[in-house]
Amino acid sequence: MAELTYRDAVARGIAQEMARDPDVIFFGEDIAKAGGVFKTTVGLLEQFGPKRVRDTPISEQAILGAAMGAAMTGLKPIAEIMFSDFFAVCFDYIANEFPKSRYMSDGQLKCPLVVRTANGAGSRFGAQHSQSVENWAMMIPGLKVVAPSSPRDVVGLLAAAVRDPDPVIFFEHKSLYATKGEVPDGEIVDTLGTARIVRSGKDATILALALMVPRALDAAERLQAQHGIDCEVVDVRSLVPLDTQTILGSVARTHRVFTVEENPRLCGWGAELVSIIADEAFYDLDGPPVRITTPHIPLPAADVMEDIVLPTVDRITETVRRSLSA
Amino acid sequence: MARKPSRAPVSSARGDGVNDDIGEELRLRLYQTQVTIREAEQRAYDLFLQNLVKGTSHLSLGQEAVAAGFAVAMKPGDLSFCTYRGHAHTLARGVSVEKVLGELMQRSNGLMRGKGGSMHLTSAEHGVMGSYAIIGAHLPIACGAALRAQYKGQNDVSVCFFGDGTTNIGAFHEALNFAAVWKLPVIFVCENNLYMEYTPIGDVTAVEHPAADRAAAYGLERIVVDGNDADVVYRTAAAAYDRARAGKGPSLIECMTYRHSGHSRADPAKYRPEGELERWKQHDPIKIYRERLKQFGVQEPAIAAIESEVKRVVDAATEKCKAAPPPPLDILWTDVYADGGWAWRN
Repeated sequence: MAELTYRDAVARGIAQEMARDPDVIFFGEDIAKAGGVFKTTVGLLEQFGPKRVRDTPISEQAILGAAMGAAMTGLKPIAEIMFSDFFAVCFDYIANEFPKSRYMSDGQLKCPLVVRTANGAGSRFGAQHSQSVENWAMMIPGLKVVAPSSPRDVVGLLAAAVRDPDPVIFFEHKSLYATKGEVPDGEIVDTLGTARIVRSGKDATILALALMVPRALDAAERLQAQHGIDCEVVDVRSLVPLDTQTILGSVARTHRVFTVEENPRLCGWGAELVSIIADEAFYDLDGPPVRITTPHIPLPAADVMEDIVLPTVDRITETVRRSLSA
Repeated sequence: MARKPSRAPVSSARGDGVNDDIGEELRLRLYQTQVTIREAEQRAYDLFLQNLVKGTSHLSLGQEAVAAGFAVAMKPGDLSFCTYRGHAHTLARGVSVEKVLGELMQRSNGLMRGKGGSMHLTSAEHGVMGSYAIIGAHLPIACGAALRAQYKGQNDVSVCFFGDGTTNIGAFHEALNFAAVWKLPVIFVCENNLYMEYTPIGDVTAVEHPAADRAAAYGLERIVVDGNDADVVYRTAAAAYDRARAGKGPSLIECMTYRHSGHSRADPAKYRPEGELERWKQHDPIKIYRERLKQFGVQEPAIAAIESEVKRVVDAATEKCKAAPPPPLDILWTDVYADGGWAWRN
């Protein structure tokens, strides 16, 4: 067991899979010699050489298109898009190409690839380098969508993504890169489509993803200590496939549900989860489902503003407390 | 100031030693392939008028020599990446007329049983790795297939066909740079038929030859050829395949050609200047190659036999497609994911 940063866990996860399978190659902007702009890929070039770990031009369409062509003809590429905001310049591959080729070809083509990307706010980068866009990927049939919240999950879910036969969009959170956690020694392979109950509780379920998981956990501790409210926190981990059994099971026990989403309000992933819960667990609920989101505005750069708009521990705590005492 | 492109057919050295050494068998294959495309595309058009081909369709009537020349010069294992105007390239790789027409007619005997349609013809077993309906999308994808060949030390070449309109989209430029920097075994084939959809390419492009005049920006040779002469295309293609297989990197080839029909079924092509279509029909690829065969001593009965056999095949395919049932509805739910199904939740 070693304590690793989320950042180092990325390199460890990629290295684990590249060492296992020579068909895994990795490319993106500044990922090889520079070790990544977030230093998530340091040492991979030295370990696996320039044929397998390649710097690309700033050409997001070429990066994703090449990953797809390599995947459909036998490789298992990992492509990095430096900031998830840049999906907007290569969205054709994410929306039209990766997820549809198998279906349109009546099963003749395959697309086993992973797109890793740095998602989320907290770095004061402003509206074009801070967004949480996992909902952009979630809405497209044919993709799988994962967003780990801990170093251990980074390694395990990345391994699962690389081994998965479908295109997987892997959202790393920029503000988690420096966080630390215990990671077991040896090979770790997790399972896509599984949520995890990271705190058990009986009074309410909080559904969270990525950076919102540690915030939900902090809020749960505060709610317990200050208000005697015992929250269950579910790390959703995988938006597609979605572990509705774990989610609905938790709601059936606690009878209240809150989502904590970093993406802006309209069509955030929590809306879909709340809709499923309303459809299938309506009579388990003792009160309305509540979504805690970033408001429907572009993200500001200044720290005092960015801090206010993201769901904070204070806001989560206060929202849950008020709802349960109403 | 952009120069207007020449609207006249490119003149080439017809039969002037360009492809004298390929032998009769290959020459007949070039002709048979072109005639198959012509007959199948004409049939698709006719079926359309009978409302038996639904949706849209983009024909390659007049552009048969590009598909035939590149396909006949390929080796088994080489990969084709096509656009929505991809019937010709699919047929040229040996996919049956029945499977192509079946897909256009949305029948259960279609290539993808109606799940793809006219714009997405795919036959992986023939090396047709998809037809892509978003302009430019498949150039980077072809780069990726070529990257795999290079990485695994495999000797196949990826060939990417696209129209003149593609040369003004970002993915074209990204892919060319990417392929050139990594010396990938990929060939980019621009079929310049003078019109993107309805607008002449020359009206909206800063250079006369939209592909070839950009080649220098990527350190590539400027290549413009007569795309209506299958011998010229074949010879150009063969040189590019050799270059790719020798590890010398990509080629960008602009084939001058002309589509006899509109952009798609909805387009009567009224925007053409008077006489242009007629001039190009004088430079029709089938006409050129029929004469070429005669120059090389192929007798009229042998040529007519090829033509009637193709017609018989297309007629038989048409009847089979008309008799075929629509796709089974259970396949709606298959192959969204690799497990064969569509489940997004437990």
